[in-house]
Amino acid sequence: MTRSATPSVDVLLLRADTLRRSLSGNFRDQLVQVLYGDAESIARRAVKPVGHRGWDWDQRLDRLVTSPILGLPLMLVVLAVVFWLTVTGANLPSQWIATALFWIEDQASTLFTAWGIPWWITGFVWHGTYRGLAWVVAVMLPPMAIFFPCFTILEDLGYLPRVAFNLDWLFKKAGAHGKQSLTMSMGFGCNAAGVIACRVIDSPRERLIAILTNNFVPCNGRFPTLILLATVFVAAAFPPAFASVVAAGSVVMVVVIGVLFTLAVSALLSRTVLKGEASVFTLELPPYRRPNISRILYTSLIDRTIFVLWRAIQTAAPAGAAIWILGNTVIGGLSLAQHIANFLQPLGHLIGLDGVILLAYIIAIPANEIVVPTMLMTYLGIGMMTGPEAFADLRGLLVGQHGWTMLTAVNLMLFSLLHNPCATTIITTWKETRSLKWTTIGALMPLGLAFLVTFVTAAVARLLGWV
Amino acid sequence: MAQMDINTQNFDRVVALAGNPNTGKSTVFNALTGLKQHTGNWPGKTVTRAEGGYEYAGVRYKLVDLPGTYSLLSASQDEQIARDFILFGQPDCTVVVTDATCLERNLNLVLQVLEISNKVVVCVNLMDEARRKGLEVDARSLSRDLGVPAVPTSASTGAGLRELISTVADVIEGKITTAPHRVRGDGEFQRAVVELLPLIEEVAPGLPNARWVAMRLLDGDLRVRQALHSGELLGIVARQREAVQRFSRKMAVEGAQ
Repeated sequence: MTRSATPSVDVLLLRADTLRRSLSGNFRDQLVQVLYGDAESIARRAVKPVGHRGWDWDQRLDRLVTSPILGLPLMLVVLAVVFWLTVTGANLPSQWIATALFWIEDQASTLFTAWGIPWWITGFVWHGTYRGLAWVVAVMLPPMAIFFPCFTILEDLGYLPRVAFNLDWLFKKAGAHGKQSLTMSMGFGCNAAGVIACRVIDSPRERLIAILTNNFVPCNGRFPTLILLATVFVAAAFPPAFASVVAAGSVVMVVVIGVLFTLAVSALLSRTVLKGEASVFTLELPPYRRPNISRILYTSLIDRTIFVLWRAIQTAAPAGAAIWILGNTVIGGLSLAQHIANFLQPLGHLIGLDGVILLAYIIAIPANEIVVPTMLMTYLGIGMMTGPEAFADLRGLLVGQHGWTMLTAVNLMLFSLLHNPCATTIITTWKETRSLKWTTIGALMPLGLAFLVTFVTAAVARLLGWV
Repeated sequence: MAQMDINTQNFDRVVALAGNPNTGKSTVFNALTGLKQHTGNWPGKTVTRAEGGYEYAGVRYKLVDLPGTYSLLSASQDEQIARDFILFGQPDCTVVVTDATCLERNLNLVLQVLEISNKVVVCVNLMDEARRKGLEVDARSLSRDLGVPAVPTSASTGAGLRELISTVADVIEGKITTAPHRVRGDGEFQRAVVELLPLIEEVAPGLPNARWVAMRLLDGDLRVRQALHSGELLGIVARQREAVQRFSRKMAVEGAQ
């Protein structure tokens, strides 16, 4: 390169920039449009159909699935069916696994007592650490073993890129990347996995938006809480025959609220701290393929289910131990857990919840799936997490003894949807962004939003005298 | 170029293999190179790079399998590698493998490659599958519209591969002249591109794909800006001339022997 070349390069770049800004539309949009137009007319001349052999089937399906009117409702129906399958299908296996695992606990603790091992060791090991593990496995394994294969089937069929296609305009409006709907879908399984999936987004700005808002899709660890509340509070108002459908429907509602928050926060970020235009990308709608069953089972069960479960187990065991210690350390007639719950009570009441729920969320920072067991343990005043058999009279316990109302249930669902991501997701955010600032924002922004939203709903409900 | 790490010593010609994912690109690659291939990584990237060789009419060809991409416009790693190789790696010819069963979708990439390079051969693969689906692809109409040869193949059975090899050779030796299709937008689009052309000619005289560089600048492509600043684009022109000279010298020496 010669020195004298530099001025003309600058002239060129300057001219290019001026021209780029003077164009009435986006250059890339127009280029893509022209490319597609030319490709279409060239292909039309070169490709001739000779007889038909069900070829139209693909296109007709595509027209339906990506239709501007039916595309979105169809997507919600598919989502609802997947949730319904997960809710109804996971129920029995969950009970079986719980029965089996808690039977082991009973036998082991009896054995420990027979051997003369001090009660606190038995309690710490079996009623604390082991019970935490058993709970997480029983509550999480069956739904994941149903949800992940369903999800992988949709992925393999080629449905997911079409979801991204349907939602693209929404994300574009929010100044985010259309592929964010794909990273969101991953978030249903696990937010940490969703944050990693954000690598498919090339622009750093849009990738950051996708990472920061991934938390607003409820992950597998939070679904049990949502499903439980939907079943116990919302569906209980309907005849039993419709209960599971209503439960699935209200979970879909929560998901839709989550998507709305994702869009709103994305729009806010892209208009304030992460300013910029949405980038254009080419998204291929691959041909519909027959899913490969063995590969689906492998990816969903080994890659996803076992991975997420293992992660949950690692965090649930120490959390189980912590709960046991808090529940069994008695000071002045009250357990440590109850002391903390009492301390948190005013703040909890302000946002329509109570101190026990907040305590459960603090203990559940490592893993969201232990929120409900922690909560029940503290309510019941026993120093260990409770098995699902206690669900039988859950409504009676919560409403009758602890003053739960519809507001508590709704706000708990909202809080569960919006609150800070679990420790694993926070660590993953740090690993992916390498930025302390964005990791902190990613953790605190949802928490602040959760407090704000639940505070507003509680204030409105109380003002209008609903509760 | 050094970054692309092409070892030109054992080869006379470099051919790049581009194409959408799932078009049978790897089948074409394997069928052409057989066991003469090795894989590694693209320099500094996690993307796998496969290279192989074949010989045709006494000329040794190196075939570089580019990552499968739908486009060359975005900043994703795969697309950048494919684009940079076609642009800065200066292969003697680029073969774009397309899927005959969904040609329209595949042409998007073909048109983009045609903007960058004029030494292009389009391989219309999966012809057998298209016929099963009741589709007939007219390669001659395609060649006419694209301005570069289109060769129908079914790589899984090997049909059409000989013709592909000979067409690549003919394009490289100039026995087939190409006149690549170039996109034209509406007046404003076209005017902006045309306005930049003389400025680009001034910066990099003789640059074969000035139109493409103009479009990239109008799209705000940082990599191309940087290549202009560093003189990398200028280097391409020089290297291309040099390669042609080296090859004709080699041919002359071999002819004399």
